[in-house]
Amino acid sequence: MILTKAQYDEIAQCLVSVPPTRQSLRKLKQRFPSQSQATLLSIFSQEYQKHIKRTHAKHHTSEAIESYYQRYLNGVGRNGAAPVLLDLANEVDYAPSLMARIILERFLQEHEETPPSKSVINSMLRDPSQIPDGVLANQVYQCIVNDCCYGPLVDCIKHAIGHEHEVLLRDLLLEKSLSFLDEDQLRAKGYDKTPDFILQVPVAVEGHIIHWIESKASFGDECSHHAYLHDQFWSYWNSSEEESLILWLKSPMFLKNLLLEFCWIST
Amino acid sequence: MAAVLESLLREEVSVAAAVRWIARSAQSSEVTAPTRPQAWPESAFRDDPGEAAALSSLRPLRKEFVPFLLNFLREQSSRVLPQGPPTPAKAPGSSAALPGRPGGPPRGGRGARSQLFPPTEPSSTAAAEAPSARRGGRRRGPGPGRERGGRGSGGLEEGVSGESSPWAGGRRPRGSGSPGSPSLARSDPPNLSNLEEFPPVGSVPPGPAGRTKPSRRINPTPVSEERSLSKPKTCFTSPPINCVPSSQSSVPDTSPWGHGLPPGCRSLQEEREMLRKERSKQLQQSPTPACPTSESGSPLPSRTGNLTAEPADPARVSSRQRLELIALIYSSCIAENLVPNLFLELFFVLQLLTARRMVATKESDLEPIPGALDSLESPLFQSVHDCVFFAVQVLEHQFQVLSYLDKGTLKLLAENERLLCFSPALQGRLRAAYEGSVAKVSLAMPPSAQAVSFQPETDNRANFSSDRAFHTFKKQRDVFFEVLREWEDRHEEPGWDFEKGLGSRIRAMMGQLSAACSHSHFVRLFQKQLLQMCQSPSGTGGTVLGEAPDVLSMLGADKLGRLRRLQERLVAPQSSGGPCPPPTFPGCQGFFRDFILSASSFQFNQHLMDSLSLKIRELNSLALPQPEPSDEDGESDVDWQGERRQFAMVLLSLRLLAKFLGFVAFLPYRGPEPPPTRELQDSILALRSQVPPALDVRALLQQGLRARRAVLTVPWLVEFLSLADHIVPLLDYYRSIFTLLLHLHRSLVLSKESEGEMCFLNKLLLLAVLGWLFQIPTVPEDLFFLEEGQLDTFEVDTVTSEQGLDGMPVVDQHLLYTCCPYIGELRKLLASWVSGSSGRSGGFVRKITPTTTTGLGAQPPRTTQGLQAQLAQAFFHNQPPSLRRTVEFVAERIGSNCVKHIKFCQKKSPGAVRALLPEETPAAVLSSAENIAVGLATEKACAWLSANITALIRREVKAAVSRTLRAQGPEPAARGERRGCSRACEHHAPLPSHLISEIKDVLALAVGPRDPEEGVSPEHLEQLLGQLGQTLRCRQFLCPPAEQHLAKCSVELASLLVADQIPVLGPPVQHRLERGQARRLLHMLLSLWKDDFQVPVPLQLLLSPRNLGLLADTRPREWDLLLFLLRELVEKGLMGRTEIEACLGSLHDAQWPKDFSEELATLFNPLLAEPHMPEPQLRACELVQTNRGTVLAQS
Repeated sequence: MILTKAQYDEIAQCLVSVPPTRQSLRKLKQRFPSQSQATLLSIFSQEYQKHIKRTHAKHHTSEAIESYYQRYLNGVGRNGAAPVLLDLANEVDYAPSLMARIILERFLQEHEETPPSKSVINSMLRDPSQIPDGVLANQVYQCIVNDCCYGPLVDCIKHAIGHEHEVLLRDLLLEKSLSFLDEDQLRAKGYDKTPDFILQVPVAVEGHIIHWIESKASFGDECSHHAYLHDQFWSYWNSSEEESLILWLKSPMFLKNLLLEFCWIST
Repeated sequence: MAAVLESLLREEVSVAAAVRWIARSAQSSEVTAPTRPQAWPESAFRDDPGEAAALSSLRPLRKEFVPFLLNFLREQSSRVLPQGPPTPAKAPGSSAALPGRPGGPPRGGRGARSQLFPPTEPSSTAAAEAPSARRGGRRRGPGPGRERGGRGSGGLEEGVSGESSPWAGGRRPRGSGSPGSPSLARSDPPNLSNLEEFPPVGSVPPGPAGRTKPSRRINPTPVSEERSLSKPKTCFTSPPINCVPSSQSSVPDTSPWGHGLPPGCRSLQEEREMLRKERSKQLQQSPTPACPTSESGSPLPSRTGNLTAEPADPARVSSRQRLELIALIYSSCIAENLVPNLFLELFFVLQLLTARRMVATKESDLEPIPGALDSLESPLFQSVHDCVFFAVQVLEHQFQVLSYLDKGTLKLLAENERLLCFSPALQGRLRAAYEGSVAKVSLAMPPSAQAVSFQPETDNRANFSSDRAFHTFKKQRDVFFEVLREWEDRHEEPGWDFEKGLGSRIRAMMGQLSAACSHSHFVRLFQKQLLQMCQSPSGTGGTVLGEAPDVLSMLGADKLGRLRRLQERLVAPQSSGGPCPPPTFPGCQGFFRDFILSASSFQFNQHLMDSLSLKIRELNSLALPQPEPSDEDGESDVDWQGERRQFAMVLLSLRLLAKFLGFVAFLPYRGPEPPPTRELQDSILALRSQVPPALDVRALLQQGLRARRAVLTVPWLVEFLSLADHIVPLLDYYRSIFTLLLHLHRSLVLSKESEGEMCFLNKLLLLAVLGWLFQIPTVPEDLFFLEEGQLDTFEVDTVTSEQGLDGMPVVDQHLLYTCCPYIGELRKLLASWVSGSSGRSGGFVRKITPTTTTGLGAQPPRTTQGLQAQLAQAFFHNQPPSLRRTVEFVAERIGSNCVKHIKFCQKKSPGAVRALLPEETPAAVLSSAENIAVGLATEKACAWLSANITALIRREVKAAVSRTLRAQGPEPAARGERRGCSRACEHHAPLPSHLISEIKDVLALAVGPRDPEEGVSPEHLEQLLGQLGQTLRCRQFLCPPAEQHLAKCSVELASLLVADQIPVLGPPVQHRLERGQARRLLHMLLSLWKDDFQVPVPLQLLLSPRNLGLLADTRPREWDLLLFLLRELVEKGLMGRTEIEACLGSLHDAQWPKDFSEELATLFNPLLAEPHMPEPQLRACELVQTNRGTVLAQS
């Protein structure tokens, strides 16, 4: 199912300054019952990321960090079981997982001799059990499971979605008897960046010659489309005529319908 | 010199004898039949001892004759073509020594010659362009070039006189050659009587700086003063010339010819002084050209009024005989290649043909002076009629060359009414030539914009010394393409500057190239990209710029042709900078040039030179396949097309590479001007002569000549030399190369057609490129008119190869025009005549009204055929080039065979392709290659058939072939293997992402915060775990990270179950999960952990302080589930006791409430102390609700 621009905009409109929590997503589902949760989550995530990109810097000034940390300390001092960190994040309009990271980093600075490395922090965020302070561990864990736009769990979900779509795509290509090289095969050949699939024999889809296919299991708004091309694939853009098929939408139905159109005009 | 001319005019000497005399050294000096028109009386060719005597006395002057003749003609035409810019240059030498005064006053002895091409503006343009010279690979930016000007005797004088202004050396800017730059005169037929437009000396010639063609005219001669008297007739508003006020008042004008010495014959010094002042004035005034040009770069012809050319009438030609004679001798010189540049002369002649009107002079001028007809005293061209008559005479002699021009030019010639009027016979021949011509040549610029694809063979990690080097290279590739994209997007924006925009990024990138290895990698990428982007894809129907392909293709074949022509008119440059533009870097080449300049890296340049040299050697020695000699007569042209295309590819690549090699190799020596003094020059020469050449081009040239491959070697050598600096031609090494080239030039007599001769178009290509080279500003002007002795010593041994490339028809018009776009100037000149004279919208005056079109947004309904062709192109693009060559080769051979034997193609092609391709070629690739080969072979056969067999048969053949082809389908590709799930699996399991998301929700709900009405039902949890099992068993969509997260989440879930933290939704209100349900769920989890997860499950998390801490917070603490779980884990072998012990040990560090620690110890000690045996009572009751107090800790 293809989402129209207007529909997308309508959804995005509802997401202005909404915290990225389970509750927000639930409200969104109620508001747009015809959209799947995955679709809504993807749009939510994308819009929220834009928001964070805009506001990220102001949460990372030393004053801000200090003030957050003090508020956190005061909060847990009063009641360690209360969702102090989550409330703080929501209050200052910042992603809970990212807030957890700020506080964790600050906490470790105070308690360890050496400043914490990034990998240590990442590892602690992935598994809060490693956090030496039990209260903080709980607070961080709470932030992470409640954040629907950032955090290791969300990252994993996104990655899984991407992978699933690649698999779907591969099956459909096989079904259509299209000869292709997948990412692993390309890597084995020495490519450093690879699209999901390079078609060994190009195909024509609705009048466009397709050389390679990349499945993006997220919404391809103009901005991300552009950034994506810029970052990754200019060196594979083999000629002005060459077109890629970048599958932005998540719905497998969409994929299926599109691929049904594939045909190798052999004569 | 004039004496010789006059002897000719008086018929004392025959033309044939004169030509023999001039070209004595050239072995081919017979005036051969084709150059000798029938109309000429035999007497004109008689040769008697008397003339030999007459000529022998003039022997020392022989080499000055041709320059004299050329200058003479230019001067004579000055009143018709006073505008200069597009006028062919003058040859050096040639002070017009008059009869009886051969050694007379050299400078302006006659003093009456007009200054044809006011050599004034180079000063301003040089100044204006100097700052941009850095960016310009055009050594002087688009700056001043020189035209061949009269140097000869005067040249040295000029140099010595040391006029430091750019005028010294007679320089004027040559066309910048930037595509699209206008050449004014072409679309601006001169209004010769308007002084504003055709100012005398001292004014700035028309056109923006650097766009006009300079004259190498050297001697500042007094100019006619008559012109100041002629009233400016206001025929039309001024074209964008003459931006700077002319200075006619300050410089007297003298009649161009035939009026003896002007009154007083003011000293030359005085006039020079005046000119110099004038120039400095202009220099200050116009650092930038003030002339507006239209956006498109076309000079907007601003004439709005009646622009009619004076009609030319054959009946009004004065002194026919004299014109005929001079035309004959001129033509003979052209035919014998005694003139430096064939096409320049043709251009000049066409200018005469299309001259609009004569500058009015004094009445007496127009009256032929009685008795002076046979002398040079009276003007040669007294009217437009004379000009046209002369031009048509010359064209008659040059018919053979004309007939090889492109179809468009032939059409314009054949339709030229003046030509028809003056020589219906020639017009008839031209029309016949036009009708028979298939040489349709587009003047549009070749398309560009392709990027090098990733090259797995070389861009592989294995080819780099370290990970870091590999990583650096990858980054560089990204930066390079980023820079390239930005350039493509922005370089046409006004005000955008390469250096400012990209310079620092490029240098930062070059800075990372430390190891020599990475340099070579980058250079390889650079060179590949260069070749890919800049080499015009000849014959492969390349893409058209921008969006065009889509729009064009939606129209279908017939409209497509028309649209392409329209597009050509829109995008074809108005002018490539005159008939002799300086070397430029058009289009994408500019990017690479600017990149080299901005990078300014010595290492990069060195590696680039190495790489270019290697590639040039490789391509130059490439054995181009020769078609087998056909056993049948009238070998079909089909056989040559492939060779031509391959030759064109190789030649164009070579030219591109050689141009950049020349650019980089001579970059350190490049300067705007030659060294000012002799001493300086000598010291530079001494230094430079010991530097070995970047590539031994002399040896390659000699090899090329010996192997009769000049047609391949010379064009790229010319490109290389065209970028040389001023000193290069003076170095012995390069001088000898020029000598070889000069000899070659002289030997390429077009009229000679014998066995073993070079093909006509091959010769024409060489003449064109050599002629162009001789006009390059850095090539000394006297070089062409070398001492004869030097030429005599030349010997080339060509016996080694009887059948070299030179004798094969490898060049066609398309290649000729691609290599020498300036030949297209002829067509543009003729076109502008058409548009100017009749007001028709033909030619290159753009009168195109844009209209909107509808429905472009819709998907273009492409034709299947077009799409198929595109698919084939696309297919080849991603395959190694050898595959394409193999397929094309097979198609070529089979197609050719098929024509001979009328067999069909699809049976043979696949077998042939299969035999030629490597064994490991994938089946799908092979089958596509075969299909394309069949298609191509069929097409080639059909192409031949369409030319030879009736349409009916053709249709049948095509239908039969396509029937057969339809019957074959692409091979079904093998099904991929299943990813680890059972064969029966239908892959209907829920997606891992969905499950992670669901479990995450449960976790979030459990951890809170939550609304009072929120919760999960036990059924939902059970269902979730069931789904998890399905997903783990169907591994189709599962990737390791997802599985790891699922494992971790499942452990978290278990912890929450154990701690009784999951809010259960259900009637009546939110409550805790019942024990039995919890156990059932835990059992499910245990089974998943044991049987289904394939990644390690982090079970130790169950005993992490945080998860146990959940339990610590509950009151009363209920340990039974935890103990149950641990026992099960141990029992199932999922965790060992020691492992559990270790986890518990680490718990001591945590800060618990004291009672909790005690409970913990009390509970776990027995567990750990237990012998390894099952606990049946727990297992028995796993599905029933056990009493909750069993293991209730004592409070």
